[in-house]
Amino acid sequence: MSAPSVTEAQLRERFLTVPFARFLDIDLDLRGDELTIVMPYREDLIGNVMLPALHGGTLGALLELVAVATLTLKQGHAHLPKTIDITIDYLRSGRPVDTYARAQVTRLGRRIASVRAEAWQFERSDPIAALNGHFLLTQADAS
Amino acid sequence: MTDSPKPPDAVQVVQVMVSATPYARALGFEATAVGDGRVTMRTPYRKDLIGDPETGVIAGGVITALLDHVCGAAVMAAMKERQSIATLDLRIDYLRAAEPGRDIFAEAHCYKVTRSVAFVRAVAFEDSPENPVANATAAFMIASNGGRKMGANMKPPR
Repeated sequence: MSAPSVTEAQLRERFLTVPFARFLDIDLDLRGDELTIVMPYREDLIGNVMLPALHGGTLGALLELVAVATLTLKQGHAHLPKTIDITIDYLRSGRPVDTYARAQVTRLGRRIASVRAEAWQFERSDPIAALNGHFLLTQADAS
Repeated sequence: MTDSPKPPDAVQVVQVMVSATPYARALGFEATAVGDGRVTMRTPYRKDLIGDPETGVIAGGVITALLDHVCGAAVMAAMKERQSIATLDLRIDYLRAAEPGRDIFAEAHCYKVTRSVAFVRAVAFEDSPENPVANATAAFMIASNGGRKMGANMKPPR
């Protein structure tokens, strides 16, 4: 595996300046080729006030974002991959604490990439949600 | 289309589900129609929810949240008694980019409820479900709070 062709500063510029990323107040951390996205807890993210538990939509957004950012890291493309479809499994209720997410590119084809992402809170090995998605790769030289 | 008779309880349950959910409120969701197992919801176009600054297209994550929420609301509108629910899985096909500057609607139909699980289909669009932005299918667990007390999630998992 070659070294990442995209720097943390470039990923920050690309993903953290987006209005919706600011709305979610997310941050990213790149160590070597391992990218982690952090979604800090705040009350606005709650979907079930009784438990309380995070809204499934917040986890979906986090997982999709880490999938796209990880693809960008692997590809170094000038253009954003486009989401074709995602399937999210909700494995545990999200507690009112910070949430982390990482993704793994299962297959990188010429036009389509398949990505798996997981979100966790307390233990990396005990994910609270997982995403499988397909993404359309837009070639910088073909646009 | 939400042309079936509207059970008054379902209308109230869905309204509460929007107004009493912090994330739905933060994104500005609003229920526009409620029927028997059918709900339509709207999310307003907002600049702070943009996902692609170059085009002004709203973030996919907002549509994901809208579809998740409207599917949950449809389950609420389909159940005979009020119970807690949680999304088991949610699949979304993104058919095209949403039009910048436009509100997005999502229409969900909970077409099957069993004792433990409910199944839902939903579609997101600007003008008509015939021209969708995204399609979703979801499964929900019923009575998901299952004996857990109020505030159970304030403690880390064992």
